[in-house]
Amino acid sequence: MAVTDAGRLRKNRGAAPLQTLLWRWPWVRPALLLTPPLAWFVLVYLTSLVLLLITAFWTIDTFTTQIVQVWNLDNFRIILTEPAYRLIIGRTVGIAALVTVTDGLLAFPFAYYMAKVASRRTQTILFAAVLLPLWASYLARVYAWILILNHSGILNWSLQSIGLPPANIGYTNTAMWLVFSYIWLPFMIIPTYAALERVPDSLLEAAADLGARRWRAVLDIVVPLAIPGVVAGSIFTFSLTLGDYITPILVGGAGSTFIGNVVYIGAFEAL
Amino acid sequence: MEGRWTKLALRIWAALILLFLFIPILLIFFYAFNTSNIESWPIAGLTFKWFTATWNDSDVRSALVLSLQAGLAATALALVLGSCAAFAIHRTTFFGRDAVSLLFILPLALPGIITGIALNAFFNFGGITFSIWTIVVGHATFCIVVVYNNVLARLRRTQGSLVEAAADLGANGFQTFKDITLPLISTSVVAGAMLAFALSFDEVIVTTFTAGAQSTLPIWIFGQIRHGILLPEVNVVVSFVILVTIIPVLVAARLTGGGGAARVPAAR
Repeated sequence: MAVTDAGRLRKNRGAAPLQTLLWRWPWVRPALLLTPPLAWFVLVYLTSLVLLLITAFWTIDTFTTQIVQVWNLDNFRIILTEPAYRLIIGRTVGIAALVTVTDGLLAFPFAYYMAKVASRRTQTILFAAVLLPLWASYLARVYAWILILNHSGILNWSLQSIGLPPANIGYTNTAMWLVFSYIWLPFMIIPTYAALERVPDSLLEAAADLGARRWRAVLDIVVPLAIPGVVAGSIFTFSLTLGDYITPILVGGAGSTFIGNVVYIGAFEAL
Repeated sequence: MEGRWTKLALRIWAALILLFLFIPILLIFFYAFNTSNIESWPIAGLTFKWFTATWNDSDVRSALVLSLQAGLAATALALVLGSCAAFAIHRTTFFGRDAVSLLFILPLALPGIITGIALNAFFNFGGITFSIWTIVVGHATFCIVVVYNNVLARLRRTQGSLVEAAADLGANGFQTFKDITLPLISTSVVAGAMLAFALSFDEVIVTTFTAGAQSTLPIWIFGQIRHGILLPEVNVVVSFVILVTIIPVLVAARLTGGGGAARVPAAR
């Protein structure tokens, strides 16, 4: 026993000066750890964002279509006053909000079932089942809906086989709303589930002991505690929809231009 | 504890959501075997010919290689930088800490197109030619967040007293890290890395702006769908991508599920 302890002590001696240093100046460790990622973010990301912000104040020479370094607010004036831009901004924000609400409504009961009703085993399976589509390529999931919604797709085929008229929603804003709600749904389910799972069952038992009905306990205890998760999911869903330009190109129609599409076209015309 | 009918309703809801999530994905597999090159339902018949056609398509192959290389490089970078960031932020206070942690989350919170266009401006301005490394830089920037979030969440859930106990028992910093901290956080690191790779492997929004004329697999797929050409090959490629990703997801679920199961007794 004594021998091994002595051996261990001897082995530790090599690391001692560094240990002492880290103990005496506790800020050294986080500072050393923080430097590489912070340097990356400042040098690459922040610089890029600042650069983007600066160029927003520069002008495009309408004759040569080159960017001229003249400072003014023309670009902002154009975006805020041009009706076409305002329409596009309104459409993008509106559909993003609609998708967020849709996903919130779809996700909450599912996440609640996962966290509070399902058995431990089912919970694990469901968690994997939600992660799976999230992993499956984004483009694959958009593409699947092109196959479903096109004229001779499975949707119209199903409608026809039960004697209903075809729903030609392919290449419309309705299709975009549907596809966006589909692809970002896992991003809403997972944070909501994580928040619900953290709500201790004992709180619900206490509420039941105090005479609260189940739905009252859910509304007054579970929902408020789940809000941070729902908010996190909403930020994901909203922001992912807001910045998308792929889905509008692939499943949208003529009146489906998003802010992202304007940026996309602009960036590749400038190249 | 729920009433019988509530339980039943929730179960039906869950089943419907699962169908909603999986039917579109499963549909692609059927189309991959479609004899016709017109994508209509029901499919005309079953064939393997598109698989050989896709395998022999050199564009698909080079796109796949580029995607794998970029994904692995970005994941490796994100793993190192994200873990460093999580350890630095965890249990420390310094001026500007909140600003720094916000900065780390920013690439995921801001729409991808902003990251894309900003990096595009950066590369153009700096006169950097587009290569696999510009793709890696773009991917790593938003992958770091994923690793950072996963590791930080786990660190917050582990008890500091374990590390203190190890120190009291004479373990040095390295031993404590190797024997206590690492086993506690390892599954979160692996899960973070898997998510990072998944994000990178099917990323198309940022990549469009950082790839120049190169084609990653998602960019190839996007181009084909957009112009409506080679759709039978798209069916095959997309089915392949889905199948390849199933394995890591199941591994990740098992890892975190096991970890979750192990954590429950500790929390109670």
